[in-house]
Amino acid sequence: MPVLCSSCSEKRAVLKRPKTGHSLCKACFFWAFEEEVHRTIVAAKLFRPGETVGVAASGGKDSTVLAHVMKLLNERHSYGLELMLISVDEGITGYRDDSLETVKRNQQQYELPLKIVSYEELYGWTMDAIVKQVGLKNNCTFCGVFRRQALDRGAVMLKVDKICTGHNADDVAETVLMNILRGDIARLRRCTAISTASEGDGVVPRCKPLKYAYEKEIVLYAYFKKLDYFSTECIYSPNAYRGYARTFLKDLESIRPSSIMDIIHSGENLSFREGVKMPVQGTCSRCGYISSQALCKSCVLLEGLNRGLPKLGIGKHHRLHEKILSQQPLTEREERKLKSVDF
Amino acid sequence: MCQVEEEYHEQLERVDTPSASKKCVKCKEELAAVVIRAGDSYCRNCFRESFIHKFRAMLGKTRVIFPGEKVLLAVSGGPSSCSMLSQVQEGVSQNAHKKLRFLPGIVYIDEGGALGQRKEMRQKATSELCDMFRSTGFPFYILPLEQVLDLPGSVLTPSPPSDQPGSGYKAAVDLFLQSGGSGSDGKAEEQEGVSPPAVQESHTRLLQQLIGSAQTLTAKQDLLNTLRQHLLVHTARTRGYSKLMLGDSCTRLAVKLLTSISLGRGAQLAQDTGFSDCRYGDVTVVRPMREYSAKEIAYYNHMFKIPSVVVPNLDTKTPDKASIQRLTQSFVTKLQADFPSTVSTIYRTGEKLQTAGGSSSAAEDAERCVLCVCGLDTAAEEASALQATLISEQLSRSSVSVKPEPPSTVGQCCSSERPCGGAEGASDCCRSSRDHEAAELRSLLCYSCRRTVRDMSSVTHLPQYVLSEVQRRQNRSAMKEQISEFLLDDADEND
Ligand SMILES: [Zn+2]
Ligand SMILES: [Zn+2]
Ligand SMILES: [Zn+2]
Ligand SMILES: [Zn+2]
Ligand SMILES: [Zn+2]
Repeated sequence: MPVLCSSCSEKRAVLKRPKTGHSLCKACFFWAFEEEVHRTIVAAKLFRPGETVGVAASGGKDSTVLAHVMKLLNERHSYGLELMLISVDEGITGYRDDSLETVKRNQQQYELPLKIVSYEELYGWTMDAIVKQVGLKNNCTFCGVFRRQALDRGAVMLKVDKICTGHNADDVAETVLMNILRGDIARLRRCTAISTASEGDGVVPRCKPLKYAYEKEIVLYAYFKKLDYFSTECIYSPNAYRGYARTFLKDLESIRPSSIMDIIHSGENLSFREGVKMPVQGTCSRCGYISSQALCKSCVLLEGLNRGLPKLGIGKHHRLHEKILSQQPLTEREERKLKSVDF
Repeated sequence: MCQVEEEYHEQLERVDTPSASKKCVKCKEELAAVVIRAGDSYCRNCFRESFIHKFRAMLGKTRVIFPGEKVLLAVSGGPSSCSMLSQVQEGVSQNAHKKLRFLPGIVYIDEGGALGQRKEMRQKATSELCDMFRSTGFPFYILPLEQVLDLPGSVLTPSPPSDQPGSGYKAAVDLFLQSGGSGSDGKAEEQEGVSPPAVQESHTRLLQQLIGSAQTLTAKQDLLNTLRQHLLVHTARTRGYSKLMLGDSCTRLAVKLLTSISLGRGAQLAQDTGFSDCRYGDVTVVRPMREYSAKEIAYYNHMFKIPSVVVPNLDTKTPDKASIQRLTQSFVTKLQADFPSTVSTIYRTGEKLQTAGGSSSAAEDAERCVLCVCGLDTAAEEASALQATLISEQLSRSSVSVKPEPPSTVGQCCSSERPCGGAEGASDCCRSSRDHEAAELRSLLCYSCRRTVRDMSSVTHLPQYVLSEVQRRQNRSAMKEQISEFLLDDADEND
């Protein structure tokens, strides 16, 4: 016996919502999914009319669904936003090619302008060139640091007011768990925020319109909408804690599907003891990006690359920052230490 | 999303194998007998000394337990609470050079009824514990969990803390010394519960129905924890104990913290896992074993022959994914085996948290959860996970209204997760007043307890003291509504 849609009570249900367990027809699911994102955007006051908003597009499912829904809601509810897709090209042969193709197709389908910012443009180095110098063992440091800043640098370059990213509810819950496992109070406090205010010149405010959308529903949405996406798993393994947190979260979800929302609820309601030390955030004296040191990580990494001292950014060499800033020469011993790299 | 986007690059500290035949790090003479963690190897004597010192230091630095105060030790029979009992015995014994100056009592709750154990099994466990308790010379109470069914509604309303004479730790010490250091009523107390009160079979059946109405093991365990807590607090309160000591170890608390997070209890985390918890007002819960790892306790109990009793619980012999509590337990255990800093890191995260809204005793009882007695975290603020969930439910439910919602309820009785007709007794839930009853109850629960109740086929098996407290609060708020126009401000007269 076919199950009827629990919303319209007319059409046949084609799916069971992972988030609520309701059986819905295609149209009602689309409507519910989109309206939920809309209600989140409105309730959290994510945008203002007239703003230029960059949608971080990787070609993956989250950002493809995000681009699609943002475009649709901007028209349906007259947000008055200027949308554009922003993609980062790390310059890894064979890795980004397919996903960039996907993003380019998305651009045509959604009729949104696409800007691709390349590592070469931003840093003067492609990932391939970096790997050549630092070896495979250390490139994850570079990948993480550069990628974090690439969107910001790109957004500044393109003069957008805000960036929205495809982080979904699973990502947020996973991050809460991970920060508890790592004992990272500063990040635990920040990680459930739906948007970040501008934190300095080099940083554009970011937000997560899909914060309350389940990953499984994003896949369902993309599947029934026949959206064109490329499944990008980062070719570098995720760090250990995230891997554990992810497995744990999946297991929790299988026991009680609401766990994902329950963990976000927990994160949103944590209350921290007064006087718990938070790291002071300053800005990089070279590029203006937020940094607790004189130089931000990517500037240190770049300095290392440009001087042929790749180890500079990998270990902790804070006391060298002053030297680098004032362009003093390094001692022979320092040079030697920073040059050797294990492949 | 690229997972490396955030800068997490430090390597995890892998377990390293301890080198054999090391010297004790403390006396630097004897050969080490235990290695608690890498670089922490002790000889037998120094281990004992540091173990005992840690207990006293915890009580000394927190200054929560006053000299002469009656303190009830909740002993489950497990290694941690039995170790706690031995520490208290050690501490109050005459020859201890730094004597603990409070008056201990012991309580054990026999949960065998909830687990469906046979009478003989239950008697075997209780008589073993009875012998152990008797040998301490402390007053003790052995209570079947069935007694929770007869509790008064007052369990759920925190009473103001009784005035400590002179208020403050220092004043209490002075007073204690003046009175000759004997405390209020000495040791003349009778040992109760020597033969535990007989349990009526009908009570056991009611308890089993209640636990059985929870459809998931996660909810069963949560419910059982809540009931046990109520009976413990009630026992302390009625026997004049102002402190209730739990034997949660650091390892246990790390698991509890992660479990609480996963169950949506972020707001209550500090109370669930902190050193002291004053949600009940006149009875403060304290956890003096919080800085001992389970491993440390196991070593100590083994070396110094501290007895413990294996009592089965709901978890026993269940697979890892049977419940959230069980899963978290095995997750933390496995991670700890690979990364020895896991437990202490999670534990330290908890140390940096506090109860939402500052002082926990400040919340009025209208704003407290009728099950866990914590402050409510259900305001459903704009752009919150709770609001998003409510929106999802609303958008997935029929837009063509079939039946009018009962007024003034947030209710979704027949939530899709548990559609009518499945579970026993649920078939008429939508039609009858049960729907209404469940919705009324739900509105008085915190986020996490709502989740638990949602996993229940029916709320009618909840103990009478819970249901009548729900009724009482409903009446009060109805009353308040009637007279609202005459009230000058929001101040609620609760006493
Ligand atoms: Zn429908
Ligand atoms: Zn910089
Ligand atoms: Zn990467
Ligand atoms: Zn020693
Ligand atoms: Zn509660």
